Amino acid sequence: MTVTKTLDTLGRLESEAIHIFREVAGEFDRPVILFSGGKDSTLLLHLAIKAFYPAPVPFPLLHVDTGHNFDEVIEFRDRVVAQHGLRLEVAKVQDWIDDGRLEERPDGTRNPLQTVPLLDSITAHKFDAVFGGGRRDEERARAKERIFSLRTAFGQWDPKRQRPELWNLYNGRHRAGEHVRVFPLSNWTELDVWNYIEREGIELPDIYYSHEREVFLRDGMWLAEGPWGTAREGETLLRKTVRYRTVGDGSCTGAVESDAADIHAVIAEVAASRLTERGATRADDRLSEAAMEDRKREGYF
Amino acid sequence: MSDLLRLATAGSVDDGKSTLVGRLLYDTKSVLADTLDAVHRASADRGLATPDLSLLVDGLRSEREQGITIDVAYRYFATPKRSFVLADTPGHVQYTRNTVTGASTAQLAVLLVDARKGVIEQTRRHAAVLALLGVPRLVLAVNKIDLVDYDEVTFSRIAKEFTAHATALGYTEDAVVEIPVSALAGDNVVDKSANTPWYDGPTLLEHLENVPVEPDPHDAPFRFPVQYVIRPRTAEHLDYRGYAGLVAAGTIKPGDEIVVLPSGRRSTVTKIDTADGELTEAAAGQSVTLLLADDIDISRGDLISVAGNEPKVTDELDATLCWLAEKPLRPGARVLVKHGTRTVQAMVTELRDRFDEQKLSSVDSPSSLELNEIGRVALRLAEPVPLDDYSFSRRTGSFLVIDASDGSTLAAGLVGAPLPLLEDGLESCTGGSAATPDAHALVSPGP
Repeated sequence: MTVTKTLDTLGRLESEAIHIFREVAGEFDRPVILFSGGKDSTLLLHLAIKAFYPAPVPFPLLHVDTGHNFDEVIEFRDRVVAQHGLRLEVAKVQDWIDDGRLEERPDGTRNPLQTVPLLDSITAHKFDAVFGGGRRDEERARAKERIFSLRTAFGQWDPKRQRPELWNLYNGRHRAGEHVRVFPLSNWTELDVWNYIEREGIELPDIYYSHEREVFLRDGMWLAEGPWGTAREGETLLRKTVRYRTVGDGSCTGAVESDAADIHAVIAEVAASRLTERGATRADDRLSEAAMEDRKREGYF
Repeated sequence: MSDLLRLATAGSVDDGKSTLVGRLLYDTKSVLADTLDAVHRASADRGLATPDLSLLVDGLRSEREQGITIDVAYRYFATPKRSFVLADTPGHVQYTRNTVTGASTAQLAVLLVDARKGVIEQTRRHAAVLALLGVPRLVLAVNKIDLVDYDEVTFSRIAKEFTAHATALGYTEDAVVEIPVSALAGDNVVDKSANTPWYDGPTLLEHLENVPVEPDPHDAPFRFPVQYVIRPRTAEHLDYRGYAGLVAAGTIKPGDEIVVLPSGRRSTVTKIDTADGELTEAAAGQSVTLLLADDIDISRGDLISVAGNEPKVTDELDATLCWLAEKPLRPGARVLVKHGTRTVQAMVTELRDRFDEQKLSSVDSPSSLELNEIGRVALRLAEPVPLDDYSFSRRTGSFLVIDASDGSTLAAGLVGAPLPLLEDGLESCTGGSAATPDAHALVSPGP
């Protein structure tokens, strides 16, 4: 028997993700990659670039922009897009609010408002495959998500209509108007993501590493002030050394106190962490025991 | 030793599978504080005195309402020795299709039985499905051992009966391990139990950490389904034409002679390309891009094989189907077959037999194949396709049967894959010796 170097865990995960990107390129007419500039979507793009090397990535990118952004992330997003000569579509939640298709929520959070602009963009551009960075280790409802997840014309996810996924054969057939969400990072854990980012030397927005920031405590999370608002009565702005584990709508994405200033320190911190990244930093997942399941049914990722 | 093990769990309702998986996650400290808090809160809301570990894994609201698991869930945990991808498959009888799903990629399966009930019909059914799908190793977790007062005789009887069943399905004895556990109390899941001094085997986790994992067989002949043709058409790569895919079996080196199927055209590999640079060799499991010496017509759906040891190219095949759809299969049905990267029209020309996995016997010429039934069929394809036997490779011997009208997946298909039949059915062999070892049960692990 020929002895060949067997792939390690990261090598297997990378190979699986590349295989998924190529399957979609081979079987769909109009795929798109959701890209926010956050770590999971940056990793997704990195893998897409590797999958089609030396040709350019044959898909555009789509960012559903809540308007509640961190400046560093938007700057990073635009720089990456320019560097790789990619095409970026931006769907601004603000546009939907301005013309009355959406209403601002009383709590000011815009994460739940992303669903309608996302579905409208999918319909307008006739996207038939939408890549997302979701991982099954993030949350219990996601643990049952398929790699190819069929969505109705209303973007809805029906757990009972999901197809069995056998071997590495993916069934992406869908009716006109339906689409498939594709999750190449399904089998990665948060630690795998960070280990791979280190191994590949992938650049991320600075806010993933520790920095000083004015924050206030709400519902047990350190929130930053921004266009979405600031500390209310009884909440105090404090200068803290923090970093972000996920990047989303600034109004509900919390920072964690951390001295992890570089990738090695972040990996050590993640390995020792006793909180899931969503539980630690995402207010929108804390609303109810079935919060994520409900949002998925509505067409959220 | 491989640092990644893919495993599946299977068991009947109420055997405590969710609790066992919850216990593995809990005791390997894979459960983070906020998740655990949520479980403590939910357990308290239900008036439970101790945390219900099954809540760690029962994800969907409809499942929590019914108290059962209805869909395959994937769990991730790691120890310093290995990372684990666990496909947690539901045990409820109408959801057996999920066992097929979980088993299709598993290198090992953990079956659960209730020590008070022993090996029951569903245990036999699941083991047969796992054997058919080529899961190389089995563990029988004899759960709720505390409820039979940690009785050695009870355990030994169950273990003996299961070993007899597994060997009848084609497993060698060293591929099957039985472990007495209590998922609720934690006996022998992660830590060795003081309550079973008569048991000198490994705990479940010790076994999972140390069990040999059959590597992808590098000595198998090379198989490479072409996924996508990479043509940059940029100034720098004007004439670049690469064939992208994942090596399904075997290895390839520059200079190797290949044949493209179904066309039969031959060429030589000049370069194995990746974004990280050229490789001197690529092996099963790797995603690469092949460049060839000759400018021949190759597109998605073609298979690149080593020359001289090729799969047969045929438009007729015998196959085993695990029927996964509500709508039954009847002879004459027109379907789509997705094999590798190629999808072709097909017709089911004959239902040869249906497998009775309880008796390990077959029923000839059934009029239909219903949800969760397994049977052997003859298929005619609209065009010739290169096919390996499932016993050669889980990757190139497997296919999906798809409904052409609504796109749903109807069945898992295995090329060839004779059913694990015994001459006189199961009744005559539970005593032990009438087993007919069947080599197909031990094939290479999947992706």
